[in-house]
Amino acid sequence: MTQTRGVFGDALLIARKDLLLERRAKIGLGQVIPFAILVLLLFAFALDPDRGVLKQATPGLFWVTVLFSSVLTLQRSFGLEAEDGILEALRLSGLSPAGIYLGKVTALTIELLLLEAVLVLGVAVLYDTEFLGIPLLLAIAVTATLGISAAGAVYGALAARLRSRETLLPLLLLPLLAPVLIAATRGCEVSLQREAMSGWPWAALLGIFALVYLTLGSFLFRPLLEDA
Amino acid sequence: MSAIVHLHSAVALIGRFPALAGVDLDVDPGEILLLRGPNGAGKTTLLGVCAGLIGLSSGEAVVLGEDLTSHRRAVRRRVGLLGHDSFLYQDLSVVENLDFWSRAAAATVADGRAALDRLGVASRLFELPVHALSAGQRRRVSFAAMICRRPELWLLDEPHAGLDSAGRDLVDGLMQEAAASGATVMFASHELDRAENVAHRAVTISGGVILPASQPEPASQPEPASQPEP
Repeated sequence: MTQTRGVFGDALLIARKDLLLERRAKIGLGQVIPFAILVLLLFAFALDPDRGVLKQATPGLFWVTVLFSSVLTLQRSFGLEAEDGILEALRLSGLSPAGIYLGKVTALTIELLLLEAVLVLGVAVLYDTEFLGIPLLLAIAVTATLGISAAGAVYGALAARLRSRETLLPLLLLPLLAPVLIAATRGCEVSLQREAMSGWPWAALLGIFALVYLTLGSFLFRPLLEDA
Repeated sequence: MSAIVHLHSAVALIGRFPALAGVDLDVDPGEILLLRGPNGAGKTTLLGVCAGLIGLSSGEAVVLGEDLTSHRRAVRRRVGLLGHDSFLYQDLSVVENLDFWSRAAAATVADGRAALDRLGVASRLFELPVHALSAGQRRRVSFAAMICRRPELWLLDEPHAGLDSAGRDLVDGLMQEAAASGATVMFASHELDRAENVAHRAVTISGGVILPASQPEPASQPEPASQPEP
């Protein structure tokens, strides 16, 4: 007996598999989260003499840390697909490329949101940050993370089979994610300054960025998978 | 009876190297075809072309009624490929891999478990991560992941590699069963004594072309420095 699924069924299958792989290998828990906390600590050491600067720069430092950590998460996620002929097996499987893409974006978004939850605790303790405008902060976190995952999955697939993917991926990805860094930082800044209303356009901008990449990625993933 | 695989003057490039340099081949339904030839002859590339993974740069290829020059992807769901790689996630357990790949192929979890039983994978191994298995056990799990797809065309690259004697007999039996039930099998092997007993027909590939039946197999294949056979 066979089962039939649509794009979203395929996406769910891939997302569950990726999250299961993370649960088994614990790379996020054992390597990415410690790395992210270490970066926060290093920022704290570097800027500690002037507590005011550290506090003022919290949103920017938080999102820079998220971006660096997302590169590690992406490399792990697509590195796994490049091993042991998995990319060939996925091409043979009959799964829709758009479903594979959306599944990987879903799993990446969940993993990065969990990382951000830990980092929020980190900045609260290390940088003495008081969180205000929670609804806006949540909206910015979700839309920015979705944007990072959506764009990251496109470039992760592009770099997947290249020998130099470890160095190439950050070079390709970080400039592209500069708008996310700027919008997420500005949005968080105004939220932390109790000016939540003026922060929503930044959240909307992040949402548009995510939507554009989700649409592009859904169409581009087939040729990326073929050429990877 | 129309051929399951029909290749005419098929040329496939790996980079700029012509891994297939004008292959002519017809394989009938239910046939077990042995591809023999030295390393770098083009056997793996030929299997990749038939699986719809490698495109042709010229020539004709029709597999399972699908023209691979225009509809390469259409054939993929209908073939089963056992390659040099395991096609398994090393950090997932045996059953987690089988559950994923059977669902991906629109088969059921029960199909995956049945395939594991058929391959003689002991139930005590089910929860072990794939990286903890021996090469032979991994090969059996890869084989199980392939047959749970119920492919119409089996493409096997060195199917006996890494298996013990019982495992090799099992693989031979599976190929014969598949052919008896109407599937077609193409396999590449260097274990000619065993392989020729199983195969209905054998062809020799060398330098990217199929040699005429009367021509003996060359002892070794001169290869370029960066032989790119995948």
